[in-house]
Amino acid sequence: MNIIEVRELVKIFDGLTAVDHVSFSVSHGDIFAFLGPNGAGKTTTIKMLTTLLSPTSGHISLNGADPAKDQDGVRRSFGIVFQDQSLDDELTALENLEFHGVLYKVPRDLRRKRIAELLQIVELTDRKDDLVKHFSGGMKRRLEIARGLLHHPKILFLDEPTLGLDPQTRNHIWSYIHGLNKAEGITVFFTTHYMEEADRAANRVAVIDHGKIVTEGTPAELKERTKTQSLEDAFLALTGKEVRAEEASSKDFMRMHRNVWRR
Amino acid sequence: MSTIYILWLRQLKRYVRSKPRMIGSLGQPILFLFALGFGFGPIYAKAGGGNYIEFLGPGIIAMSVMFTAVFTGIEIIWDRQFGFLKETLVAPVPRFQIMLGRTLGGATVATIQGFIVFLLALVAGFRPVSYAMLPLALVFVFLIALHFAAIGTAFGSLLEDMQAFPLIMNFIMMPLFFLSGSLFPLNGIPEAILAMTYANPLTYGVDGLRAALAANAHFAVSTDFLLLSGMTVIMLSIGGYLFSKIRI
Ligand SMILES: Nc1ncnc2c1ncn2[C@@H]1O[C@H](COP(=O)(O)OP(=O)(O)O)[C@@H](O)[C@H]1O
Ligand SMILES: [Mg+2]
Repeated sequence: MNIIEVRELVKIFDGLTAVDHVSFSVSHGDIFAFLGPNGAGKTTTIKMLTTLLSPTSGHISLNGADPAKDQDGVRRSFGIVFQDQSLDDELTALENLEFHGVLYKVPRDLRRKRIAELLQIVELTDRKDDLVKHFSGGMKRRLEIARGLLHHPKILFLDEPTLGLDPQTRNHIWSYIHGLNKAEGITVFFTTHYMEEADRAANRVAVIDHGKIVTEGTPAELKERTKTQSLEDAFLALTGKEVRAEEASSKDFMRMHRNVWRR
Repeated sequence: MSTIYILWLRQLKRYVRSKPRMIGSLGQPILFLFALGFGFGPIYAKAGGGNYIEFLGPGIIAMSVMFTAVFTGIEIIWDRQFGFLKETLVAPVPRFQIMLGRTLGGATVATIQGFIVFLLALVAGFRPVSYAMLPLALVFVFLIALHFAAIGTAFGSLLEDMQAFPLIMNFIMMPLFFLSGSLFPLNGIPEAILAMTYANPLTYGVDGLRAALAANAHFAVSTDFLLLSGMTVIMLSIGGYLFSKIRI
């Protein structure tokens, strides 16, 4: 059985169909990229998968649990990094992690060990006692990723996780996630604007536009199907548009780093 | 339990760290204690009421506990806007425990605030009749705090932003304060107003506090305690229900 099963999922917001009969499945241990332009319905889908929003219709199964019936079962199985920041600015980095660990009932010794390990990986060990409100956007992001992994989730949801991060940090985070994926078999479901990232990081990709899945497959299959060289061109061929970033600043940021990556 | 504890702890940490808020919220009680205390004191004494600061002290403590408590509940709106609310809403724990932890945290903060105002009242000349009664006073302060923190939580769950905040303050909280017997005795006030004060939870909080601190109560202490506890349980249920209905 697949770890994520989505059948005919629909979400309508007063007349606007944000998610339109979406079906897909993600196997155990996949790194699954959900690609689509701004407003395509990616965040809405993640919200329905993570019990924050109830679907208008359709069926979801997450690690064998149905969010409509067994919310806690679903909630225990995933960690999430939301698109918008969700830290407590008035607490320190360590306190934010402790809060999460206690909330998810991670036993104290394991919690301490895991927190120390994660702080190391996201390179925030020496800032752990600083209030989060003094952190840069990238530092907050890294902390959120550490937090999402703290309770050893089976599935990690990442909604635009590396937006606004520098290339080194992105590489770093992805190599850690790949490590976890190998070592612990964690399944990763992420959305991103970085095509190269989906191309390199994901073993499966679904392209969504106007709430509908346009195509699904491995990055290689997608490129072959559209007879394009890069996933970005495949995306353009499929949807007729470039992937738009959330906002101008991040778009510029992305363009800048795309060049760095292409070098 | 650990869920309730960690949410409680968070409220306390946030309170201790926001010195300007802590100090700012002392402005109103100081003003009321000194301006009203010294302004109305002579009139009150002349009218045969006795020492006004003895009467006013418990009222001002109750007032400041009430406002602080409501405010801590309404902070949910900030958590919503700063995104932190999502972190608690996707956790595999019962929503009611989250609500209870937050509300108990807010109530604890308001109780500490009440103690600070008690010290200020001592400076203004207030003297409790018996220090042995302070534990009873603490019980009433905590009940007021819990009741109004739950009201704050209820409003915080209903509202998406702070726009309605002045509305709540001016049309709900201020009337509750003025119609609670905090500032003037309930003896001999018009029937219609009396009916409103009887429906007001703060009335019983102030009265119980006055019984403990000034041995000068309108109702029996047991009446105050039972009515306020009952209203608090109801408010916690309403707050818990509304909190469980929050959608992001
Ligand atoms: N709570 C909401 N109420 C009304 N419309 C919404 C709401 N959330 C999202 N939408 C709309 O649904 C569509 C999909 O949004 P979203 O899932 O956030 O897209 P993406 O994450 O792919 O950028 C957009 O048109 C958006 O405006
Ligand atoms: Mg989105």
